[in-house]
Amino acid sequence: MTPVTQVESPALLLLDANIDTDQIIPARFLRKPRSTGYHHYLLYDARYDMHGQPRSDSPIPEAESGAKIVLAGHNIGCGSSREGAVYAFVDYGIQVIISTKIADIFRSNAIRNGLLPIMLDQAPFDALVSHCRVQPQASLTVDLVACEIRWGNDNCLTFEIDDGSRERLLKGIDDIQATLAWETQINAFADSYLSQRPWVIPAHR
Amino acid sequence: MTQPSLTLFEKIWQQHRIASAGELDLLWVDRHFVHEGSFHAFDKLDGSGRPLAYPELTFGIADHYVPSNLDRLDDDPEVAGMIRLLEDNTTKHQLTYMGLGHADRGIVHVAAPELGLTLPGLIIVCGDSHTTTHGAFGALAMGIGATEVAHVLATQTLWQRRPKTMRIHIGGQLADGVTAKDLALHIIHQIGTGGATGHAVEYTGSAVAALSMDARMTLCNMTIEAGARVGMVAPDETTLAWLRNTPQAPKGEALEHAERHWLSLYSDPDAHYDKSVTIDANQVAPRITWGTSPEQSVAVDEPFATVDSEATRSSLEYMGLSPGRPIIGLEVDQVFIGSCTNSRLSDLRDAASVLASGTVKVPTLIVAGSNRVKAQAEDEGLADIFRQAGASWGESGCSMCVAMNGDSVAPGQRCASTSNRNFPGRQGPGARTHLMSPAMAAAAALNGKIVDIRHPDKGAPA
Ligand code: SF4
Repeated sequence: MTPVTQVESPALLLLDANIDTDQIIPARFLRKPRSTGYHHYLLYDARYDMHGQPRSDSPIPEAESGAKIVLAGHNIGCGSSREGAVYAFVDYGIQVIISTKIADIFRSNAIRNGLLPIMLDQAPFDALVSHCRVQPQASLTVDLVACEIRWGNDNCLTFEIDDGSRERLLKGIDDIQATLAWETQINAFADSYLSQRPWVIPAHR
Repeated sequence: MTQPSLTLFEKIWQQHRIASAGELDLLWVDRHFVHEGSFHAFDKLDGSGRPLAYPELTFGIADHYVPSNLDRLDDDPEVAGMIRLLEDNTTKHQLTYMGLGHADRGIVHVAAPELGLTLPGLIIVCGDSHTTTHGAFGALAMGIGATEVAHVLATQTLWQRRPKTMRIHIGGQLADGVTAKDLALHIIHQIGTGGATGHAVEYTGSAVAALSMDARMTLCNMTIEAGARVGMVAPDETTLAWLRNTPQAPKGEALEHAERHWLSLYSDPDAHYDKSVTIDANQVAPRITWGTSPEQSVAVDEPFATVDSEATRSSLEYMGLSPGRPIIGLEVDQVFIGSCTNSRLSDLRDAASVLASGTVKVPTLIVAGSNRVKAQAEDEGLADIFRQAGASWGESGCSMCVAMNGDSVAPGQRCASTSNRNFPGRQGPGARTHLMSPAMAAAAALNGKIVDIRHPDKGAPA
């Protein structure tokens, strides 16, 4: 997983509320292998018409725009737990999603795939949106080391993220490898837990 | 020293906490279900070079890609391949696998509880957001992503930030003709699709205690649509009675031991919740969604949305509706009765009691949640009632709930559906979904339009 430290780019605006993971990647694409990339499926039904032709009202540019940051409407990523929704953003080049609310499962999938989820209060979020509307080409800087978003002339706001998530993203930690350090505790726990509650393992499997 | 007061959720969390690092806790996982979509996770596991830690605690079930008509698998090698991939992965890692033709197969959230694999007090995970369903048994059950699935396969543990707690207290009683589905839609309408985000929900109160296990599962199933990853009901005599009738739950002395533990799982009287909501079950009416989010619903006898926001406008446009009209009388093109929300025996009985009195006016597909439910429904004569009414009776699985197995709703078509998501494109590109209870969907099938199940003959304004 690619570490995220500082990301500088213009932002894409996807401001509808409740953009669910079925919209982010329709279910029929979930069978595709990741090796071919998921960028093409991002927001597919809003980007392409029934015949697969690009729609004039597509919410994102057809070709990857170089944007690495998305400003998203309230409750982005609600619905299905499909991690493909995060793959679609990541493969499209997105490294940061900023919203006033990000759904729980989408958020934890994001952290495990190098996509930084940032939740802001309404007022600072609105300030960012206004800036991006006025100057769509101008860059925002998202700095995970300092937990800051900087833009324009000296505008800066701080954001909060829990330490565990921050460290995973900063170092690009692979969870499975990292958890091996806890193997002794896990084994000790399992021994005592399963001897107290042997019925946890189904008898007639 | 007295013990601190704890909620049901906190008790189970504590019993499973192995270690902590900052705000993250490392939790032991008792039960893990995998389905066709878990292939990304198996790829990650293989990439890590780790073996599967506890094969006896993970169960593979084919559900998402199973079409309601199995003959179609011959025409769709990609869909058939997804099922085969699950079979290959489960065989390779020596997991129990319930594939096509297996008598116990079904939608994970229907099949596991009826087999007794879902037990109170367990931490249960699955790469599917409706894993909340299993919380009906007083389990701490949550949907996880593919990377987390791989982590559970490799370690039988999961790193999680502890969510806040939320109590939804439901007093009173549901009236006749009003179901757990209506209650769930009522709650989501009230608190919003993000209303429980970041929280683990516990349902309490007289109306919850009175619910059957089937109904509790419907309620917990829809909890994710309010944003919560966990929804639970404390185990009680209803729970224990269900478990005694399942093949895999503990038996004999083990059962006595287990039951003592299960009955200790309740929220202490003065336990603290971070958030509380109170609902009056007497106020709940049959509900139907009119928009593209599960929060956009109305009681059947109310007019729906006036345009108050951009979101309302775009939902109405997608659904092809004009604001302010009553939902009663709205014509539908087809009906789907099924999904992990409403495909259990009691749901099918509800639908059959309506369909016994007539013939469907629009194409109607009825799909049991599992092969066991299917067999019971056939034994009881429910399937005959469906066929006589002109409905199709399909192979059990996710079917038309999600457009990925060949069952889908055509663009622009309006479907009365007992599933859980009315998102744009959920049942197929351009499909228009109205969520409702099985009885309401069955009544819509007979009438070709939405009627009030409490007064089906009253007709509707033209
Ligand atoms: S029935 Fe629908 S919601 Fe339930 S698990 Fe299957 S696809 Fe998901």
